Amino acid sequence: MHITIDEDKCCAAGQCVLAAPEVFDQRDDDGIVVLLDADPPQAQYAAVRDAAAVCPAAAIAVQE
Amino acid sequence: MSVPASVVIAGASAAGLSTAETLRRQGFDGRITLIGEEVHPPYDRPPLSKQILSGTWPDERVWLRDEAALAGLALDLRLGARAEALDTGAKVVRLSDGSLVSYDELVIATGVRPRRLPGTADVAGVHVLRTLTDATTLRAALAGSPRLVIVGAGFLGAEVASVARQAGAQVTLVSDIEAPLSDVLGPQLGELLVGVHRDHGVEVVTGARVEEVLVSGGRAHGVRLAGGHTIEADAVLVSIGSVPNVEWLAGSGVEVGNGVLCDQYSQAGPGVWAAGDVASWHHPGLGERIRIEHRTNAAEQGMAVARNILAGEDRSPFAPVPYIWSDQYDLRIQIHGLPRGADAFAVTEGSLADRKLVALYGKDAQVRAAVGINMVRPARAARALVATPTAWETATAVQEGVTP
Repeated sequence: MHITIDEDKCCAAGQCVLAAPEVFDQRDDDGIVVLLDADPPQAQYAAVRDAAAVCPAAAIAVQE
Repeated sequence: MSVPASVVIAGASAAGLSTAETLRRQGFDGRITLIGEEVHPPYDRPPLSKQILSGTWPDERVWLRDEAALAGLALDLRLGARAEALDTGAKVVRLSDGSLVSYDELVIATGVRPRRLPGTADVAGVHVLRTLTDATTLRAALAGSPRLVIVGAGFLGAEVASVARQAGAQVTLVSDIEAPLSDVLGPQLGELLVGVHRDHGVEVVTGARVEEVLVSGGRAHGVRLAGGHTIEADAVLVSIGSVPNVEWLAGSGVEVGNGVLCDQYSQAGPGVWAAGDVASWHHPGLGERIRIEHRTNAAEQGMAVARNILAGEDRSPFAPVPYIWSDQYDLRIQIHGLPRGADAFAVTEGSLADRKLVALYGKDAQVRAAVGINMVRPARAARALVATPTAWETATAVQEGVTP
């Protein structure tokens, strides 16, 4: 699994952090998503898929 | 319980796509028919009143998935065709192109359409904003710094005011309530937002009802308020709320009211579900029936419905913490929970004067919502007070650092 982020699309909702806190975080100042692990371990796959699906700005792309 | 052979999803926007994607992610390999009234592939609506209206994004940037990702879902995709009638006995949906589609499970995700002022549907210069075409039409109208009157100061009206002002339009925001969004956010943040819009040169007219759009030669040239006062304009945006698209369900036996009436599982009857703006469901945590017209809910409810379709008897209630955001000028407003109808309000971080804050909303001595303005992470932290029922006194005392 490989994750890419479109920062321009990110709306700082933080839904991804709620879904997969070990993979996503937010910047302090504007809340834009920070990718902690672009190639997460398998244990995180389900959470990452949820994070991408629930992102209200379609800013997270997951390649598998 | 057996897995269905076919799922039909009426509505190809965020909720419908989310349902389809989740079904596939969960391993469903039966037929999925996705029906969309518009000819465009599934696209995202929040950027319409922001990046698309301002012209900072090319229009294609709103597509929710690229061609390859969409093809990967192996959908029976019916674009440019509307779901027109439902026969729940025969389990068949009839489309506007005359075709019939049978289903084992049906997901209603037909969304909402803008409310209009009577008699203005075909008047040049009167706009609504729901579709990509609406957005590009309004964008064209903003060229040449027109006088724009916005009727209705909800999230959409307020966001358009912000973009139109920055595009050089002369903007008047007319609201029948005392401040933009004060019905949702209360008087304190309502007042803050009035101040922000006025600081940016928007004329804000509050407590005023628009009686009619003034028309001559088939073209709008302003509005008349109750009481007789008129406001001249080159363009009028009507943003006074939405109507759920449920008429096509008439006679089907699916119960409708303010939306499709669902139980706590988002189910409207045997083999029938609803998701997104059109779904009115019983939220078990709040203990009341709600319908939410916001982007995050569309994705979350689509996911929840897909999972419940495949779960059989193990289905789960849908009990999200609703999330809304709005960008206006340099403000990012984030709402976790439902502040409308709150009976308590407290700023727990930052301040109204700085226009940078976290505020809590309470009802019946419990925290009901957390709102952030330009305080993204603290607002997300405060969400926990909404997600897990928290006593108002505890939450406000802890937040202020006072020992109870």
